[in-house]
Amino acid sequence: MSEETTSSEDDITAIETPVYLTYNFTAGEATTRFLHQVRKGKVMGQRCPGCGNVYAPARGSCAACGLPTSEEVELGNKATVQSFTIVWIPIPNNPIQPPYIVANLVPDGANISFIHLMSECDNDSVHIGQRVEAVWKPEEEWDYAMDNIRYFRPLDEPDVPIEMIGKVPLSGWEGKA
Amino acid sequence: MQYAAVTGIGQTQYKARRGDVSIAGLVHEAAQNALDDAGLGWDAIEAVIIGKAPDMFEGVIMPEVYLADALGCSGKPMLRVHTAGSVGGSTALVAASHVQSGTFRRVLTVTFEKQSESNAMWALSNPQPFSPHLNAGAGGYFAPIMREYMRRSGAPWDTGIKVAVKDRLHGSRNPLNHLQMPEITMQEVEESPMLWDPIRFLESCPSSDGACAMVIADEGLAKEGPKAPVWIRGGAMRSEPTMYAGRDEVNPQAGRDCAADVYAQAGIDDPRKQLDCAEVYVPFSWYEPMWLENLGFAEEGEGWKLTMDGATSLDEGGDIPWNCSGGVLCSNPIGASGMIRFAEAARQVRGDAGAHQVVGARTALGHAYGGGAQFYAMWVVSVDK
Amino acid sequence: MKDIAIVSFAQSDCRRDAGACNEVELIMPVIEQAMQAVGLNNSQDVDFTCSGSCDYQQGAAFAFVMGVDALGAVPPIKESHVEMDAAWALYESMLKISMGQAESALIYGFGKSSPGELPTVLSQQLDPYYLAPLWVDSVSLAALQARVLLDRGLLSEQDMAAVVARSRANAKANNPHAQLAGDVSVEELLAESPWVAPLRKHDCCPISDGASAMVICTIEKARAWGKPYAVIRGIDHRMESHNIGARDLTRSVSTELAAAQAGVDRGPVEVAELYAPFSHQEIILSQALGLDDSTEINPSGGVLAGNLMMASGLSRIGEVATRIMSGDVRRGVAHATSGPCLQHNLVAVLEAA
Repeated sequence: MSEETTSSEDDITAIETPVYLTYNFTAGEATTRFLHQVRKGKVMGQRCPGCGNVYAPARGSCAACGLPTSEEVELGNKATVQSFTIVWIPIPNNPIQPPYIVANLVPDGANISFIHLMSECDNDSVHIGQRVEAVWKPEEEWDYAMDNIRYFRPLDEPDVPIEMIGKVPLSGWEGKA
Repeated sequence: MQYAAVTGIGQTQYKARRGDVSIAGLVHEAAQNALDDAGLGWDAIEAVIIGKAPDMFEGVIMPEVYLADALGCSGKPMLRVHTAGSVGGSTALVAASHVQSGTFRRVLTVTFEKQSESNAMWALSNPQPFSPHLNAGAGGYFAPIMREYMRRSGAPWDTGIKVAVKDRLHGSRNPLNHLQMPEITMQEVEESPMLWDPIRFLESCPSSDGACAMVIADEGLAKEGPKAPVWIRGGAMRSEPTMYAGRDEVNPQAGRDCAADVYAQAGIDDPRKQLDCAEVYVPFSWYEPMWLENLGFAEEGEGWKLTMDGATSLDEGGDIPWNCSGGVLCSNPIGASGMIRFAEAARQVRGDAGAHQVVGARTALGHAYGGGAQFYAMWVVSVDK
Repeated sequence: MKDIAIVSFAQSDCRRDAGACNEVELIMPVIEQAMQAVGLNNSQDVDFTCSGSCDYQQGAAFAFVMGVDALGAVPPIKESHVEMDAAWALYESMLKISMGQAESALIYGFGKSSPGELPTVLSQQLDPYYLAPLWVDSVSLAALQARVLLDRGLLSEQDMAAVVARSRANAKANNPHAQLAGDVSVEELLAESPWVAPLRKHDCCPISDGASAMVICTIEKARAWGKPYAVIRGIDHRMESHNIGARDLTRSVSTELAAAQAGVDRGPVEVAELYAPFSHQEIILSQALGLDDSTEINPSGGVLAGNLMMASGLSRIGEVATRIMSGDVRRGVAHATSGPCLQHNLVAVLEAA
């Protein structure tokens, strides 16, 4: 169908009807537990009672088994790059300018990645298997939010082999399996 | 199971903005085109099955309620499907099940998106409290997965560029497409802005307004139509969680299982040989080689070879052309994109795909996926019952 | 459609505010309860899973995607979702079983309405060009409908209050999950001042958080499992015009059509569970279904006792099924609705095996 018009000067092709709905957002019980710890500078995971995998941040269930995850496990400040992208679109209200790295990171002691920023790095040398550590905001700025961690930065540690990504224990990775 | 066939196909013109129609006008246009194609009036339809992606795209909650009049639903059953980006495919399958179950003889199915009425990137990743807002959107989510595919397969860096060019050249044969780029070159794609490395601007799908509709009928009614019926030989859906420990995001099991299921129903054991063409949901160029492997057209790690050899290209005379319509890379009204794949597969089989027709096509695959590549819907259609 | 067996049903408490619980945390307990009742573990043990939910209730896109986390969907499952009440997820599942692609299915619906202002949120369900910009909320539209009924003398405020009093009493007697229950007299109710006239607050269903889940299967499979079951003998649903001015709001034509198709009148209706979010709508629906004093209406209290938006329709079917499975009744009718002023209605006829 074409954009044929009968009386072009009277054509209305758009109206603005702004919609504002206010919601009282809740995080979920598992996420609430997680956020209380992040507020204190700790990243916690939750272990599945079925498969034993550790989820972070947990949503209250092991998505594979469909079981509630209640056991809390403290995770490391270090993580491994599972994969990443270099983003060329700015983030509103964030001082980090494009191009910047958004990476899937698996914290030590966990078996699943979360998405976060990487910085203090040469974008061209970021790679899968790279070791990184969390850089936290000053303690007085900590809130109930994942961006208490400002970003992750590279560590001078040997790369994690592909098959070990997602399986690095809390004791860390020094180049030995 | 009762036989079911596509007897009418209707699409709208796809554009960045269809300012000439309301949402109701858009879905009505596709539906009317499908009815015209089937040689039917509205009274011939027993039920309407409608699908679209999240309601936040247009800001209309459960829009079937508002669209009931535009689709002639008064006094009829109307069902609204929503399975994220795969919804266009799932909606067709749910519509087919109305007939295959023997409950209805002839139904209309419609999917749409009017992306110009909203900000899809906001709707897909609206900032929520407690989690960092990275403004990465769908591209930011899928880019690391493509990077992992490149690492695993050792695919040449310009595989994605080749797909972007191929689908736009296909698409220039299809006058309905939003993007018309008959002169596109590898260099032009390569020089387009990088958005989410490795995804360049021209390796991404556009945001489109549009709707797609089909009439699906039982065996008796299908034979009465003015055009040859397109038989649904198999239909399958699969879902897996977005994130779980050990998930293979590059080659998701849900996609492999869904393909195996639909092929088994259609009696296909070698998709590259037994299918004449495929319409596959490729919103970012790199998903062609990834899905070639996931859907069993190539061994794991080898999908890019088919792309680079021109096997999927109509212009290069490939043996298994993919996305002859131009695919999602040329038009992307999200909620309808999956159904357009299903409908274009049917057009090929019916032999009325116009300038993008694969000569002699008899059997074709329609594919859709959504969410974090976790929801799948596929069908195989054929001239043979 | 084939006869289908309902083998289990579970519902959470209706709570005004489920607090910190997210979707997964709302769903998991009812799914576990419904599955364990038939000795099943998770979605791997059924052939198909289908859910109903609405993103705008809690104000975040893709609520149903999170729901998949509660299913144990590894290896991948056959799964679908309707952005409708889960009664329609049941309908989709029945088609799947009838066509022979599944023998059993898990259905669930969930809703967290507490984060937003539900009646206002639902105003955005209306025609986006003419009605939604006016912010006409769902209570005001129902009030218009009640006014038409009252002015035409088709019912009285006493009739409406009687519906509410019976709902509260039934909820107190029969429904441990109810949000509103107790003994109130028609006089006490009528002494309250109007809220959105002519509706008083008690004429409107409460807003609730929660979920419900159901397991269905073929009759053969139900027999093989050896558990009590109820049979869905007929089911149908019909839409009406969105143009409220074009509808006769004193009737529910779509319910009449669905009832005829589902075969409501092919036997006695001992019990009926009707999704009537407003007291006057229960009267409209009873008439549309041809019910009289011989039918016990809303023994659970109905949604006036607690309304799990997106799960309430499934719960109505579950309530009737539960009464059949326990042997209390042999035949009943369940109803679900969607849209303003009963625009879209589903009717199911359930019978003992």
